[in-house]
Amino acid sequence: MVLKLNSIRKSYGTNEGKVLVLNDVSLTLFAGETLALRGESGSGKSTLLHIAGALELPDEGHVEIGGKELSKMDDTGRAAVRRKDIAIVFQHFNLIPSLNVAANINFQANLSGPVDKIKLEKIVSSLGLSDQMGKYPEALSGGQQQRVAIARALVTEPKLLLADEPTGNLDEQSSQSVLEQMLTLVAETNTALMVVTHSRNVAARMDKELQLIGGRLK
Amino acid sequence: MIVSCLFTLLSHWYRNPLQIFAYLSGVALATALWSGVQAINHEAKVSYRAAAQTLGEGQYNLIRPKQDETISVLDYVNLRKSGWLVSPVVDGSFDNVRLLGMDPLTLPSSFLFANANLTSSISGNDFFELLMTNENTSKNFGPNVKVIIDKNVAPGMAVGDISLVQRLLNKNNISYLIVNPIQPLEQTELEEIAPHLAIINTEQMTDISQLTDSFHLNLSAFGLLSFAVGLFIVHSTIGLAFEQRRAMMRSMRSMGVSLRTLIISVTTEMMILAMIGAVFGIVLGYLIAGLLLPDVAATLRGLYGANIAGTLQLRPAWWLSGLIIALLGTSLAMSSQIWQITKLPILASAKPRAWMVVTTSYFTLQMKASVVLLTLGSISAILFDGLVAGFALLGALLIAAAIALPAFLAWSLRKLQSYANTPLWDWFWADTRQQLPGLSLALMALLLAVSANIGVSTMVSSFRLTFISFLDQRLAPELFLQVASKDQSSELNTFLSERDIEVLPLMSVETVISKQPAELFGIKIGDTYRENWRFLDAVENPWDIVQLGKAIIVNEQFARRANLWVSDRVNINPNFSLPIAAIVGDYGNPKGQVIINEELFSNLFPQLYPARFGIRTDNPAELQSQIINQIGIDKNSIIDQKSLKAFSMEVFERTFLVTSALNVLTLGVASFAILMSLLTLADRRIPQLSPVWALGLTRSQLGKLELVRAVLLALFVVIFSIPTGLVLAWVLLNVINVKAFGWQLPMFLFPFEYLKLGLYAVCAAFLAATWPSLRLIKTPPSDLLKVFASER
Repeated sequence: MVLKLNSIRKSYGTNEGKVLVLNDVSLTLFAGETLALRGESGSGKSTLLHIAGALELPDEGHVEIGGKELSKMDDTGRAAVRRKDIAIVFQHFNLIPSLNVAANINFQANLSGPVDKIKLEKIVSSLGLSDQMGKYPEALSGGQQQRVAIARALVTEPKLLLADEPTGNLDEQSSQSVLEQMLTLVAETNTALMVVTHSRNVAARMDKELQLIGGRLK
Repeated sequence: MIVSCLFTLLSHWYRNPLQIFAYLSGVALATALWSGVQAINHEAKVSYRAAAQTLGEGQYNLIRPKQDETISVLDYVNLRKSGWLVSPVVDGSFDNVRLLGMDPLTLPSSFLFANANLTSSISGNDFFELLMTNENTSKNFGPNVKVIIDKNVAPGMAVGDISLVQRLLNKNNISYLIVNPIQPLEQTELEEIAPHLAIINTEQMTDISQLTDSFHLNLSAFGLLSFAVGLFIVHSTIGLAFEQRRAMMRSMRSMGVSLRTLIISVTTEMMILAMIGAVFGIVLGYLIAGLLLPDVAATLRGLYGANIAGTLQLRPAWWLSGLIIALLGTSLAMSSQIWQITKLPILASAKPRAWMVVTTSYFTLQMKASVVLLTLGSISAILFDGLVAGFALLGALLIAAAIALPAFLAWSLRKLQSYANTPLWDWFWADTRQQLPGLSLALMALLLAVSANIGVSTMVSSFRLTFISFLDQRLAPELFLQVASKDQSSELNTFLSERDIEVLPLMSVETVISKQPAELFGIKIGDTYRENWRFLDAVENPWDIVQLGKAIIVNEQFARRANLWVSDRVNINPNFSLPIAAIVGDYGNPKGQVIINEELFSNLFPQLYPARFGIRTDNPAELQSQIINQIGIDKNSIIDQKSLKAFSMEVFERTFLVTSALNVLTLGVASFAILMSLLTLADRRIPQLSPVWALGLTRSQLGKLELVRAVLLALFVVIFSIPTGLVLAWVLLNVINVKAFGWQLPMFLFPFEYLKLGLYAVCAAFLAATWPSLRLIKTPPSDLLKVFASER
């Protein structure tokens, strides 16, 4: 089991008082399994993804990634889990603008330890980025930027890949192509994938689909 | 991992060369002025220490001959025989160098020369034929004089064995005797052995390093002000770089960089860059100090009679202080950003509008802090006495004004927006308000620079007016001269009386009055004094009472140092006291002065005679040549009023030359701060201006509006600077000057000067805004369109 969320509760303070975003949410994800998480805007999908990605802690409940319980870890421990076990792809790509494509991919790889160069080249080539390595993010199209983000995420061979609206900023053609390449690579590396999406098309390509309604998973 | 993070962080600067230039130049400029001033101060202190070691001034009692007398070798022998542990010194001038002949065998051990023969590698006989001097001074001697270089000898001086110096100066007498602090319990009184000699106690001597303390403190305060202005650039650049890298840091955190690693990496990065900037700054500081040092040396010589080396050495004490303050300043500038990183949620996004709202409430907080700071500064100045409390008030005033500025600007812009009658101007004022957080640090730097300029120029100009009027009062006689002997004094008196020429003889003695070293003067009170001297405070008819020998006049610095004022009694000697009839302003003089009438002076010091004279005449040139030809007074001992006034004014102007130079440099740094802020903000402006461009404003119109905005903001700063600068001037004139020099000056206003300065500041802002505006005008439409394509 790669990811286990058990009875997660999370609320946020607003001017109008506390808003419960996640209420008793539990789910599990195994290696190679793909899951789509859908829901209305503000339903708590991204919050759940952030909790699964060790970016946020729940108010209550347990998060286990690769058998490691996150609530017992400090910031440094959680950062180590993010480095070694998790990779995240964001809607806005989150590339480092001052690094070129090669440096962006290498940065994540260097954080996790020695890089398997053959594997890196294979990922880069399968995403069609081989001739883009010297370019800076600003010179790439949205689709190309998202491919770089996926390459950066997968080069460390994470156990869990989390994607927050990975095609939300792309046109239909790019969207299809990026999704295809991501799913192929995930299957090849036996990585668990959780995708937060509004798109029925994207959700339909996953093994499982869950909906967040009123803070609960349906 | 840290190396990877560091590389990634540094890549930001590689892609933003202008920002790294702003950051490095901010640190460099801040460090330059500070370390330059420290270099000057340090060089001066080394010179004072060298002078103390070479001369022993202020450390030992001296035996000097009374007026017109000399110390013979026989006097010295008699004193030694009677058990007096004294050491002879011959003092004279040779090849423009002050030559000191000393006896290393009897000299107290703290003197440099006392240890020289022991440490020197030169054999004993050779040593007595050598003059010890520093490298620079050694260049004054011709080939016939043998010298040994010792960097510890004070500048402009050379020391040698007494026999050699007597030979070089062609002098048989001894100038003075140094009295060893340890003396036998029983010894014959000096009066019995040599009645023509007198002991001068250390309290009667002026301590140069103490006298010049205030001057160096003033320089340090300016250095600190320039440092603060430079630091605003650093703070502004760091703030912008952190804001622009928020997304990068968020990505790094999401990829598994721990908070601790991120903070270590950011701190290391900033410190490495600060170190590079500081090295540039120290080099720049060295050059500035090298340029200013000759003027500082001239000022110290003119104002205090202190000699300092005219050349600069790279000493660790000042360059290390520059390096440390650069690192401390950078740490201070980045501390709030680091704190923000610790509080920043990994997934928070940077929104300029939200940032502005936060900063607006921050402005209110700053306004409150400003009031608190001003109150604390005023309380400290009221409760504590001394220069440091004065500078604390100055610092509190400047910082309070700086941190209140954004709130003042925000308020003004809101008011102007409420009067806007077109949508364009409504947007303009709102948009200007949104720029305030990004520009406020540069505007604060401009405020500090303009206020300091107004404050200091008001102080200097007020001082100049007071000084000119003071010179007119004091230098009423048309000729001033000094006689060489008692006979010459009597001869001159007779010569002038026969011709019915008004003469103002002046007798003086250095003494200690009310525990203060002071010069006691005996003067002949006549019309010149009565008509010309203006008192700061006086009883009724003060001259009449002083003429009757029933009161004294003291100068302001003496009164303040001794904490005395009009009507207080002063002990002229242990058995005789008189009240103060008047306090007289005495600007530019570091010494305390007490004035009594000439009869009383002659009764107290019958052996003294007038050696200096002021002469009233309608034809100074003719009288001068008569005196030279008929009485034989050396022409160098006579000076006419015009030359003396010109010399005094020259000393005055040179004194403030350094201050003016630092002022101009500070204004330059502030203009640079605005330029850097505008340039570094330029990229962030594109997404803000693109929608307005899309709505129909041309790039040229937008560029011109950017210029108008810079000019208007500078104008607001100038308006805010005028009251700040005037309060600063008031503090300088009424607190700092009183504490530092012992005199209070009246304050005059110079509106034309302020207008000129305001114009400079606005022009500086206009020039600083020109480049970013031109860049905006030339921005290709495709760049503006990228905003709408979400590809930025």
